[in-house]
Amino acid sequence: MYKSYETTFKNQSLTIREKLVNISFSYVFLIVLLGAIGTFMLYSAANGHWSPWAINHLMRIGLGFSVMMFIVLLDIKIILRYSYLFYFAALILLVIVEVTGYVGMGAQRWINLGFMKLQPSEVMKIAVVLAVAKYFNSTSLQSIETVKGLMPPLLMVLTPAFLVLTQPDLGTSLMLLLTVGAMFFVVGVKLWKFGAVFIGALVAMPVAWGLMHKYQQNRVLTFLDPERDPLGTGYHIIQSKIALGSGGIWGKGFLKGTQSHLNFLPEKHTDFIYTMLSEEFGLIGAVFIVFLNVLIIAYGYSFALKSNSYFGKLVAIGLTTNYFFYVFINMAMVLGLLPVVGVPLPLISYGGTVILSVMTSFGIILSVYVNRHQNLGKD
Amino acid sequence: MNRDNDKGKVLIKRSLILGLIQFVLLLVIVTRLYYLQVFQANKYRMLADENRISTRILIPPRGLFYDRNGVVLATNRQNFQALIVAEQTPDVKSTLEAFSKLMPLSDAEIKRIRKELKRKRSFVPIKIKENLSWEDVSKIQLNAPDLPGVIIDEGLSRYYPYGEKLAHVLGYVSSVSDKDVKDDPLLEVPGFKIGKAGLEKLFEKRLRGQGGNLQLEVNAYGRVMKEIERVDGVPGEKIDLTIDARLQEKAYDLFGEESGAVILLDVRTGEILSFVSTPAYDPNLMSQGMPTKIWNIMQNNERRPLSNKAISGQYSPGSTFKMIVALAGMEAQSVKKDTKHFCSGKLMLGSHTFHCWKKHGHGYMDVVQAIQHSCDVFFYETAQRIGVDKIAEVARKFGLGKKVDIGLGYELSGLIPTRDWKKKYRNESWQKGDNFNAGIGQGYVLSTPIQLASMIAKLVNGGYDIKPTFTKPTQAELNSIKKINVRDEHLTKIKDGMYSVVNVPGGTAFMSRFNYNGIKMGGKTGTTQVRRITLKERQTGVLKGEALPWKLRNHALFVGYAPHDNPKYAIAVLVEHGGGGSSVAAPIGSKILLEAIKLDDMKE
Repeated sequence: MYKSYETTFKNQSLTIREKLVNISFSYVFLIVLLGAIGTFMLYSAANGHWSPWAINHLMRIGLGFSVMMFIVLLDIKIILRYSYLFYFAALILLVIVEVTGYVGMGAQRWINLGFMKLQPSEVMKIAVVLAVAKYFNSTSLQSIETVKGLMPPLLMVLTPAFLVLTQPDLGTSLMLLLTVGAMFFVVGVKLWKFGAVFIGALVAMPVAWGLMHKYQQNRVLTFLDPERDPLGTGYHIIQSKIALGSGGIWGKGFLKGTQSHLNFLPEKHTDFIYTMLSEEFGLIGAVFIVFLNVLIIAYGYSFALKSNSYFGKLVAIGLTTNYFFYVFINMAMVLGLLPVVGVPLPLISYGGTVILSVMTSFGIILSVYVNRHQNLGKD
Repeated sequence: MNRDNDKGKVLIKRSLILGLIQFVLLLVIVTRLYYLQVFQANKYRMLADENRISTRILIPPRGLFYDRNGVVLATNRQNFQALIVAEQTPDVKSTLEAFSKLMPLSDAEIKRIRKELKRKRSFVPIKIKENLSWEDVSKIQLNAPDLPGVIIDEGLSRYYPYGEKLAHVLGYVSSVSDKDVKDDPLLEVPGFKIGKAGLEKLFEKRLRGQGGNLQLEVNAYGRVMKEIERVDGVPGEKIDLTIDARLQEKAYDLFGEESGAVILLDVRTGEILSFVSTPAYDPNLMSQGMPTKIWNIMQNNERRPLSNKAISGQYSPGSTFKMIVALAGMEAQSVKKDTKHFCSGKLMLGSHTFHCWKKHGHGYMDVVQAIQHSCDVFFYETAQRIGVDKIAEVARKFGLGKKVDIGLGYELSGLIPTRDWKKKYRNESWQKGDNFNAGIGQGYVLSTPIQLASMIAKLVNGGYDIKPTFTKPTQAELNSIKKINVRDEHLTKIKDGMYSVVNVPGGTAFMSRFNYNGIKMGGKTGTTQVRRITLKERQTGVLKGEALPWKLRNHALFVGYAPHDNPKYAIAVLVEHGGGGSSVAAPIGSKILLEAIKLDDMKE
């Protein structure tokens, strides 16, 4: 029975009905659940009001959901076919904000689309995964094992990473590098090459340090050690730890987080929303969110493993890893394990582009799952 | 194809490793959560509370002082101040302008307000003006519509209705200084004041009470969100003094411009009814913060308004010491009922002549007459016969030469010399002439007015060793008062002498006598030189009173008691450089004693 299904659909596109039937509803449920939790947390962040955040968040989740479903229904071949095009489009958008940013004499990271502000860097996170996946899909293992064969995907990630870094958005830049780095690892790049890059970076660091201006050095130092600046970034992380710790095991209760509601906790509706959740729902709530995310990531991996196509596998792993880095960096940041680099907690933090970006990712991952029996070939 | 297969296998293998790494990293997150929210939860809970809870200490009202009749001597007055809350007014500048039209603000005040407005958050009240009168307050309230954001705040400040008249008794309160021991969180409260002198200082602990506290929840900007808890403090204890405000006022007023001290005691209990040192300072000004200019003027004033002369002024007791000498003479069996000494106006000791104040002498004098006329020669003779140590013994029994210890600071002990004392401190042996000087309360002998008041009380109360006090002694304390070891008949003789001083013609205070429904007083005057009279002056006539510069004039003293038959009050009067004891000090003492008796009479 299973076998026949597989052979029947192996090389041809599915109908819409077939696609809908094959969607992993548990996966969708997890996503919607996190979005709902985010809505309630934003309701609390506004001291028990739907505006200004919760209602918008809900609408964005809805919009993101539509985008996700739309992508699931797209033919996955189209995604493969237009991966490079999508990447170049994203790159051009990045250059545009870079240029207008210069013109505006300030850091501008978004393009106003009228109904929302589009951050090209968020688009790039998906585009680069798709482009790199498409590249590795088309090359052989021998090619992957040569340095020359790694140059194109390296360029694909370094170019946007550099552009984003100059915005300056260190967090996103880092995520691009980490995600693509993980993909390199997955496709089988030899470990010594990672070691070489690591050592090279260590060697280059003092040289780069010497070339930097004093104020740039200071910026880096504060970035590495927020306690240097207890009233700036350091204040954020100290207050975040107080909020988290004082939540204890059971938390202070919904709408009752003192650190959040008395405004000691900064950015409680964006980057520090996980802190607020942990203050109000304690260790139980905080671990529950980690658990939900572990499930989402695990589903991502299971989809990848079930996929018949190399491209599909790599895309699912790349996008899941990208999602993982969102979650991990944000949590590590508010827990004081990493410097504050401005990475939101997707589906829970307030912010339109990130929701659309991760929902698009989920759409693509789901599409990989739905089309798991198709072998897309090398194209 | 084989290679493609390998490519897929590598992908799966590496994916599983990557997934494992990610899982482990998320476990690190959980571990960190566990560490912060379980292990360190208490620490962070405390920090969170420190963040949100602002504790304010509530200042308890300071205990009041009352006199023996329930008249308030020190109170807390409402101190109104006008504050402005910047965020509650649309335009701070125009509000301040409107305010200054009602009450002019100095440039310095406007500058300070501007500075604070800039520095503080917009919801923090800023002081515009303090110490507002009732009229000012009602003016502001009347014009409230023009003064948005202006609020009236009332605090308590110490007020002494009797001002200078009780300054040396009550002292004053002032801001806590670095030197004060901070054993109470109240002392850390900005603007809190504690007793710095006098009874305010002595009874500080009882008067202060206990601070309450108010716990407020504040947000990150310091704005108060709600009251969490309020623990009311304990108001300071009220303290009833033995002072009689009417007698205090009378005594102070009698001094006029003179400088000196008066103490009026209840001879049976030691209760102090009046305790004056003049001139004095204004304790209200002290409590508000004395302007440096006035402070400097007071410090340089030769009449020393800051010094409490009643306890820290040491003077030769002069003739007021003669009762002690007479008593010592009787106790030593040297002076008997019929003992008489001849006064020729002077007594020779070797080549040195000791004069009686009466140039041509008093003739034969017994002990009562000697006291009445204050005959110096009689006491030269007596002192000569019994020696200084016998005198010192009796003087000490009556509290001279040691601190009375009434609890006010800066009390001095006076001095009663003995042979040993001179040897030890002067490294000289005692001379016969020293006996003569001691016999008339001059030379080395020094006493404070409070000692003299205490002495006279003990001489007339039957020899009971009372202790001057500002608070009513308990019955147990009264029962424990011991009798001084002197013979009653000797004390009677001394009283007879003091009666004669006032009531028998020729007595030195005869001019100050009174007879109020048969009630009379007794007493003794004293006039002490502050410099040696030269032989030349003796021949040409001593310059008197007004002719001398103030600093060189004699001190005038009077000790007295009333009623003579059943003594109730004892008094000591000292007028610095006032002239004669009989002409200046005795009239003051007499008037106060009479007033005290009249007031008692009115009560009955």
